[in-house]
Amino acid sequence: MIERRPGLQILRHLILLIGVAVVAFPLYLTFVGSTQTAQQINQSVPMSMLPGSHFWETYQLTLLGGDNSQGSPLPAMLPMMKISLVSALIISIGKIAISLLSAFAIVYFRFPLRNLVFWTIFVTLMLPVEVRISPTYEVVAGLGLLNSFAGLTVPLIASATATFLFRQFFLTIPDELVEAARMDGAGPMRFLKDVLLPLSATNIAALFVIQFIYGWNQYLWPLLVTTNEDMYPVVLGIKRLISGESWTEWNVVMAAAILAMLPPALVVVLMQKWFVKGLVDTEK
Amino acid sequence: MEKRVRFKSRWLPWLLITPQLNIVLVFFFWPAGQALVQSVLQEDAFGGNREFVGLENFSRLWNDASYLASFKTTAVFSILVAVCGLSVSLLLATMADRVGRGAGLYKTLLIWPYAVAPVVAGVLWLFMFASPMGVVSYALRALGVDWNHLLNPDHAMALIVMAAVWKQISYNFLFFLAGLQSIPKSLIEAAAIDGASPWRRFWTIVFPLLSPTTFFLLVINIVYAFFDTFAIVDATTHGGPGKDTAILVYKVYYDGFKALDMGSSAAQSVVLMCIVVALTVVQFRFVEKKVQY
Repeated sequence: MIERRPGLQILRHLILLIGVAVVAFPLYLTFVGSTQTAQQINQSVPMSMLPGSHFWETYQLTLLGGDNSQGSPLPAMLPMMKISLVSALIISIGKIAISLLSAFAIVYFRFPLRNLVFWTIFVTLMLPVEVRISPTYEVVAGLGLLNSFAGLTVPLIASATATFLFRQFFLTIPDELVEAARMDGAGPMRFLKDVLLPLSATNIAALFVIQFIYGWNQYLWPLLVTTNEDMYPVVLGIKRLISGESWTEWNVVMAAAILAMLPPALVVVLMQKWFVKGLVDTEK
Repeated sequence: MEKRVRFKSRWLPWLLITPQLNIVLVFFFWPAGQALVQSVLQEDAFGGNREFVGLENFSRLWNDASYLASFKTTAVFSILVAVCGLSVSLLLATMADRVGRGAGLYKTLLIWPYAVAPVVAGVLWLFMFASPMGVVSYALRALGVDWNHLLNPDHAMALIVMAAVWKQISYNFLFFLAGLQSIPKSLIEAAAIDGASPWRRFWTIVFPLLSPTTFFLLVINIVYAFFDTFAIVDATTHGGPGKDTAILVYKVYYDGFKALDMGSSAAQSVVLMCIVVALTVVQFRFVEKKVQY
């Protein structure tokens, strides 16, 4: 503290509290919405801002599916959450695994075309899915991967940022470790497993947090490659709930929104240290 | 930088690199090449005949009023997202940097929206502004603003900007806070001894020293607004009313998958690729400088 100005300090807290409140308000309202009935929401102007008493009914209906208040069927969100979880895990672990292996190859071996390979991976930074929607869809459709976990995840697994990050990290590891390992008769794979992997643990944790959120929140790609409701991740399921005709079952939409943001938000809050590290590292 | 000590093997490095390389070639380079090829071809509606048309798809885009409008929409949208997002986050980060105790708690309470999927962010904001029960649209009506994002293009734009900014605040906040904490305290103390007010200290010392972070975040926010907000638009406005919130990525998707105009969609993809390349180059040239700072 440079100088004591109680007034300024109060103002700081006030601005921060307003900021926190504005950021949290949509979340609060979503929770409130998920505890009321669809009629309560749709028929009051404005809707009540206090939690209702229909928490269990709404979440049960949302998770397991059933008929909405108008008698039309609603999809179950629980299977969609499983799809999201499996896809997010395959994407995050897959990205880390293949990036670790390629960075290891690029740093610890000399082979022809090494630089070309590195740049080939690096250039993918400039080719996000969003800019090559239709041709990528055609490739995946041609390989028969529509409506499968492979189609949902494999095209997203390549990672220039993760490869780059591991490469930078490996370059800081002292050469003496390789020499020592070789003197002890350890081959390259043994060195990777027993030396590099433990040393990379914090990097792996940080990357995992970022990539898990990335995988869980994918929207455009699943929208293209899944036509079958059995393969919808939960974020796509929410979109289906609001694109209905005239009637929107808002309480179910809000419960689904809470369910869809809970796993990644928990990962961020519980693994905050790794999250911040991952965010800063992946942007270098 | 190179390693002095290496392992020797002819085949092992290739084996290690195969998974990544295959995915990159099959799912990145092949489709990107296809986009380039398709952008100079014209396909008839049934996908039967393909004809080489040169740059006709591009000139068609150039003369297409809706494409130019989409460019303008995207520009307005990304500038609004970047300016609003950066100002709010800078204000909050400056306060959190100087608040002393409690800063950690505020940080935790401000960073969680990063984890929220863009489509969920869109749905959350849609809910507040929905008619007639949305609480914010109700409050606005009470204040005399007849909110209707389904008919009023300005309201629709405001809605997607708010949802996009809300989701991005956490990211900007973290980077601003890190930038603020790396500014030497002695500089600020010296200015305080010279009698500079907090307001003056911020604009003459803190803000200039923060400019690398600000510029970096500006690029990141523009990339975000261009490419990561498709889901927000798709969930809230569907590019409407009319085509007034159809940003470029939404239009690529719409023309390729709903209107089935592959030639135009591919040409649009190529234009987007050029934009990403330009933005990436800007970003990396800047990162070089940031390391020295």
